[in-house]
Amino acid sequence: MNGVHDMGGMDGFGKVEPEPNEPMFHEEWESRVLAMVRAMGAAGAFNIDASRFYRETLPPQVYLSSSYYRKWLLGLEALLLAKGFISQDDVAAGHSVAPAKPLKHGKFAMADVERIMVRGKFGRAAPAAAKFKAGDRVRAKNIHPATHTRLPRYVRGHVGVVERDHGCHVFPDTVANDAGEHPQWLYTVVFDGRELWGADSDPTLKVSIDAFEPYLEAV
Amino acid sequence: MSEHDHHHHDHDHSELSETELRVRALESILTEKGYVEPAALDAIVQAYETKIGPHNGARVVAKAWTDPAFKKALLEDATKAVGTLGHVSRVGDHLVAIENTPGRHNMVVCTLCSCYPWEMLGLPPVWYKASPYRSRAVKDPRGVLADFGVSLPKNTEIRVWDSTAETRFLVLPMRPAGTEGWSEEQLAELVTRDSMIGTGFPKTPGAPS
Repeated sequence: MNGVHDMGGMDGFGKVEPEPNEPMFHEEWESRVLAMVRAMGAAGAFNIDASRFYRETLPPQVYLSSSYYRKWLLGLEALLLAKGFISQDDVAAGHSVAPAKPLKHGKFAMADVERIMVRGKFGRAAPAAAKFKAGDRVRAKNIHPATHTRLPRYVRGHVGVVERDHGCHVFPDTVANDAGEHPQWLYTVVFDGRELWGADSDPTLKVSIDAFEPYLEAV
Repeated sequence: MSEHDHHHHDHDHSELSETELRVRALESILTEKGYVEPAALDAIVQAYETKIGPHNGARVVAKAWTDPAFKKALLEDATKAVGTLGHVSRVGDHLVAIENTPGRHNMVVCTLCSCYPWEMLGLPPVWYKASPYRSRAVKDPRGVLADFGVSLPKNTEIRVWDSTAETRFLVLPMRPAGTEGWSEEQLAELVTRDSMIGTGFPKTPGAPS
């Protein structure tokens, strides 16, 4: 979706402000939100792409004015409500008043903590041969899916070069909508800065994205 | 530990913000429904606070600086290479290491959200997840580097890696001059988090920290 989360190339957000000796969490609640998102995902309530999608679909004015973990909180609430793990009555009461819904992997317990400290595996067996190889020139398709995608807007319609083949991976565009993993070939595609930003761009700039095969067409 | 240790559960509720109340309510709901064990949530937080952090990445970089065979393996398949190091947290799938050279500087961003190699660098800093960095890194990386007080020679190629899939990137910065004969442990002390994102350089030997 063409949401405000898709920020590459936008102007007006100001300077980057590094914070010396930044604490890991600025408030204790941030750590609880992080833990709840990790735990509910691991328990099978949702996958990583669904959690991204629910943050992306926050209203633009809410997205832009909320801190990072506040967005995580709002996205988590919306997702759990949409999937029926919690109800509006629960939220209104601040306690559980509605029955629970079974989780795919059961309750998240102490024994599960170690497991989630390692990233999940997203590589999958290839359903078909790869269409592209390193060195191929490809165009990022001019597509505007209304649902989740990992094809950023600033590369659409532009021509780049395939640099690496990462094998087949879970396809975010479908798995985020509970429409299956549909593994796709994944490539690093490199674009020249001037191809993306025009003749005035820094001539030394190259930008790459990791692009799933359905995002690309041969040139 | 953070400087915010005074924010504890037994605080006077009247001082809680709307967000804090909402977070607590949600945790109550998830706990009462039997979805999560609160102690397991505590353990997740504790693991992030104590086990993961840039020290993991720093050890990998220092090893690559001193062991050419490891460096080669790291650049070929970082997940596999890092998996052979017992003293670094296990990594999941698809870590990619990218090497800075005199002619090319690498920088990592996630324009869509906040993708970041947690296992290697810990949780990302606020600036990495915030709009200014996400919007500008792919278009004006030299301007972004200036915000960090970093400048590169005019003809150095800048390669920005937008982390748009589940691949995670670790920048392998150039080894600082004047470190000949240094041990891996000494070298690891010079490796900063930002140098592994590409928004900074390693520390220089002898420079004030």
